[in-house]
Amino acid sequence: MYEETILEVNAINKRFGGLEILKEVSFDVSRGERIGIIGPNGAGKTTFFNLLTGDLTPTQGTIAFHGKHITNEPNYKRTRRGIARTFQKNNLLEKLSIFENLLLVLQRKHGIKSTWFKVRNNRSYRALYEEAEALLETWGLHGRRNTKVENLSYGEQRQIEIMLGVATDPSVLLLDEPTAGMSQSETDYIVELLKNLPEALTLMIIEHDLDVIFGLSDRMLVLYNGHVLADDTPEAIRDNQQVNEIYMGKARVV
Amino acid sequence: MKIYLKFSTALLLFAASPFILTSFHINLLTEILIFGIFALSLNVIVGYTGLVSLGHAAFFGAGAYTAGIIAQNISANLLFTLGGAVLLSVILACIIGLFCLKVSGFYFLMLTLAFSQMVYSFVYQSTGWTGGSNGLSGIPNPILFGWELSNTVWVFYVVASLFLVVYAILGIITESPFGKVLVGIKENEKRLKSMGYHTNIYKYAAFVISGIFGGVAGALYTYFNGFIAPSDIYWTMSGTVLIMVLIGGAGTMLGPVLGAALIVLLETIVSTYTNMWMMILGAVFIIFVIFFPSGIYGISKDIFKGIQNHTVRPKVKNISNEKVS
Repeated sequence: MYEETILEVNAINKRFGGLEILKEVSFDVSRGERIGIIGPNGAGKTTFFNLLTGDLTPTQGTIAFHGKHITNEPNYKRTRRGIARTFQKNNLLEKLSIFENLLLVLQRKHGIKSTWFKVRNNRSYRALYEEAEALLETWGLHGRRNTKVENLSYGEQRQIEIMLGVATDPSVLLLDEPTAGMSQSETDYIVELLKNLPEALTLMIIEHDLDVIFGLSDRMLVLYNGHVLADDTPEAIRDNQQVNEIYMGKARVV
Repeated sequence: MKIYLKFSTALLLFAASPFILTSFHINLLTEILIFGIFALSLNVIVGYTGLVSLGHAAFFGAGAYTAGIIAQNISANLLFTLGGAVLLSVILACIIGLFCLKVSGFYFLMLTLAFSQMVYSFVYQSTGWTGGSNGLSGIPNPILFGWELSNTVWVFYVVASLFLVVYAILGIITESPFGKVLVGIKENEKRLKSMGYHTNIYKYAAFVISGIFGGVAGALYTYFNGFIAPSDIYWTMSGTVLIMVLIGGAGTMLGPVLGAALIVLLETIVSTYTNMWMMILGAVFIIFVIFFPSGIYGISKDIFKGIQNHTVRPKVKNISNEKVS
């Protein structure tokens, strides 16, 4: 565990018209933390993610990343700073191949200079090809590099969601229900994959599968009706009477 | 190497055509190539970036009128007239793009249409410059390096070589990493943003590139026709070129050129029999949209693949037999 704080969320509010989705949410994230975010439907989990990535901007409050205020920065700038995300619903370039999807991430990561009008056989671009090949190899997708994303199974597409997020070389990766709709074996595979991500990479995971989330996190955040109900270690959350009542139902003993 | 081969074949064919074809056919080919450039330019935003514009005639008209006005009042030198046309198209594209790219989808289409109609009415009203409804006539022949391009063959050579240049430039752009980003935007702009792309800048660049080559097509049309009418800048022109792109195959390089060829040929043939050309054009468009949504390029590719599979298949069988035995 690293001591360094990288993300500071300070009393953010989000209102849609008269509806207040998030109320006074504050907390800090340190480097390398694995934070699980749970809460019943409508608690504001995805909205919270959207505020962190810049897909939405908060009505009030501030967000700082590595000490810099990013509260009103658009999403593409935050990606370049090192905040990446995966989407709750697969959100990929379906008509393109896995390789092309990945290449677009890499050519952005290596800066605008190498991405404008250079032609295919350019030397710096060939380096991108090699990097993409290597990434596909580590993710076990090399054999299907030229397959169009729309022809892949749902589980594989979820895996590519994560791969594209990791490929931007982030310091914080936000995973919005990474195992939603997956079979048990696919879920196990993804959990294993997430456990093997670099230690210094901070993960924030929204997940409904409690086995997955308790297995992955070292800190948990419970959102309820737009505010933070509990922010503690997984063990403490397990024993938290209030959380058990609200989130898991009274009868359920975890 | 293959690309160089294709290009030199095209170059040779263009160079040889005046010796093979009659001047009527040379004129037809010139017109096809001009509209080919026009359709290729629109294809950058419609086919690659996924922004459907119904105002591309604005750039065609801007290029055509600029070239005409410069030729009449300042100099008929081709470098001047073409340069002026490009310059004005860039300025126009920068301004129109600034507004139109604030919105997307249907609203983008309507805004481009509105802007092009503004350009049209400006041209129509400013009779002193443009001749208003009479159009601009008596435009002198273009001059290149002191040589007056007075006959159709010279104009054809200029148009054909510029066509090859434009085709090459757009081919390189769309194959470049920049072009890949445009395709990405067409596929899923939200994802591209979360990859870290400032997609608006890419869309703006694509819009300006598209405008520039639209202007080039307009200038060439002036050299070819020697006359410009306000109808060349009217929204039906935008509609026609959009149909060329869609019929030919949006998002491919060869498609829009094939589309332009089909429309120009059809118009020439049909208008000798009847003047209900727009009705025929509509019918052709409907047929393509319903039965061949991938366009001429898509069909010919399928046919080509079919032929290839047909001839290749026996070979594959032999190989598998050998392996078994």
